Amino acid sequence: MNRLLVVDNLSKRFGGIIANEDISFHLEAGQIVGLIGPNGAGKTTLFNCIAGFYPPSEGTIRFMGNDITGMGSPMMAHLGIARTFQIVRSFGSMTVLENVMVGAMLRNKSVSVARERANDELEFCGLSARANVAASNLTVAEQRRLEVARALATEPHLLLLDETMAGLTPSEVQEAVRLVKDIQKRGIACLIVEHVMEGIMPIADHMIVLDYGRKIAEGTPAQISRDPVVLAAYLGE
Amino acid sequence: MMTKKRNSLIVVGAALALVLPFIVSNPAHQNYLILVLMFAQIGVAWNILGGYVGQVSLGHVAFFGIGAYTSTALLISVGLSPWIGMLIGGIVAAVFGVMIGWICFRFKGHYFTMATIAVAEIIQVLFTNWEGVGGAVGLYVPMDRQGWGVMVFNSKLPYYYIALGLLCVTLLGNWAIEKSFLGYYFRAIKDEPEAARSLGVSLTAYKLVAIAISSFFTAMGGSFYAQKELFIDPGSVLVTSLSVKMSLVTILGGVGSLFGPLVGSTLLTGIEEATRQFFGGSGMGIDLIIYASIIIIVAIYYPAGVLGWIKHLLRRDAKTEGGA
Repeated sequence: MNRLLVVDNLSKRFGGIIANEDISFHLEAGQIVGLIGPNGAGKTTLFNCIAGFYPPSEGTIRFMGNDITGMGSPMMAHLGIARTFQIVRSFGSMTVLENVMVGAMLRNKSVSVARERANDELEFCGLSARANVAASNLTVAEQRRLEVARALATEPHLLLLDETMAGLTPSEVQEAVRLVKDIQKRGIACLIVEHVMEGIMPIADHMIVLDYGRKIAEGTPAQISRDPVVLAAYLGE
Repeated sequence: MMTKKRNSLIVVGAALALVLPFIVSNPAHQNYLILVLMFAQIGVAWNILGGYVGQVSLGHVAFFGIGAYTSTALLISVGLSPWIGMLIGGIVAAVFGVMIGWICFRFKGHYFTMATIAVAEIIQVLFTNWEGVGGAVGLYVPMDRQGWGVMVFNSKLPYYYIALGLLCVTLLGNWAIEKSFLGYYFRAIKDEPEAARSLGVSLTAYKLVAIAISSFFTAMGGSFYAQKELFIDPGSVLVTSLSVKMSLVTILGGVGSLFGPLVGSTLLTGIEEATRQFFGGSGMGIDLIIYASIIIIVAIYYPAGVLGWIKHLLRRDAKTEGGA
């Protein structure tokens, strides 16, 4: 088995509040893993620990065989973990193309090489027509795509997607689903935090369900959707 | 098209700058032109850190003073040419800047600004009590020798061209940064620091790069000032008001734009000189009242600065022409 990311007994506390407790899971190369759970389940905290935004209180995170626990996000980017933000954070003073170029500059500092790479990623994400528009003038769906393009430009092995489909129309969700599948075809694994079930269920190879900071279930989407524990967590007893 | 227009504007501006001192022969007016160029140069230097990276420093006078003191002390003690002293001053200031940045970049936003003020105040007290560099009395640049080798002249003309040359070098440096990955990284850090980090940009490392370059050029301006005034003391090259002026010319002209500080310096220095002529002496503080009013107006109506406002007007004109 080719384990890309291994999370072992991870806990995260903020003062007396336990956001994540004793969570373990792994993700294989090229796999799409969905991370779901009711509001306040600790999905975003777990996501941020893996992305290097918080150091975990306990436990280890291993990536491609290396212990990366507690490393900062710039280092994570260098190692091949890229992320998007739930609340989009595009560089407002730049064009769409320039935003993606900043991502591409991680691997090559030449501006012209970065421009070429960025153009490729814009093409891939269907944003070519908007390349020279100010990033702040994009629609919500386009801004989400821009975040994905920018993250892909860093040439990651693992892409962390934080609620990329929230607030999208049904047809936009379908486009996003197609985009994630295309990303997987490039051999890039995806860990996706998502609320939009029709967005995540059809594409995930594996699902992890959190509730009250703990992992309560994992399995294929079909297994998860029949799991009484999961149903109870979502619907109440 | 926009860049074509800009390039021709630069060529015309450069040509005008070269012949200007022959049109303006009154030494007082020439002195005004030198001040415009000098404050534009340090504004451009300030802009690298304060404008592009968005780290507003109000302690940049420390770098200016270090430049002035380094070149002057080296000239007095070992007779080193100010041209070399200027470079050494720049390097000393850059090293100092990295040390200060390493501490001060731990503070975010306004707290960073406050820390830089504190650093500049400490430096001022230090130099005031340091007898080796003249203490409160200050240092005189020796005038027994004159000419290009020692950068001491009787007329204003050479100073004008040195200031112009310095400004061009600093502008070129800024332009090169703007075009390289550094320019992109600096803007990314200013726009969305967390997003920049997630793309592998180490905030501290690149802020340190910015402060090193910025303090280097600011110190060069300080060395030039010493040679032009032939006298420096903590009250002239280490005062907080100078830090404020560096930031003001940039904010007024256009933060984070290449030529913004030049526009800002022309306006601010102009206001300063005009109020001084009208009200005599030091301007009785009227210049400061006008300063403040302009800053308030710019901050409210034209946060992109005068240059941003002009660009906005040009774009609007182009649009209406296109529509007609």
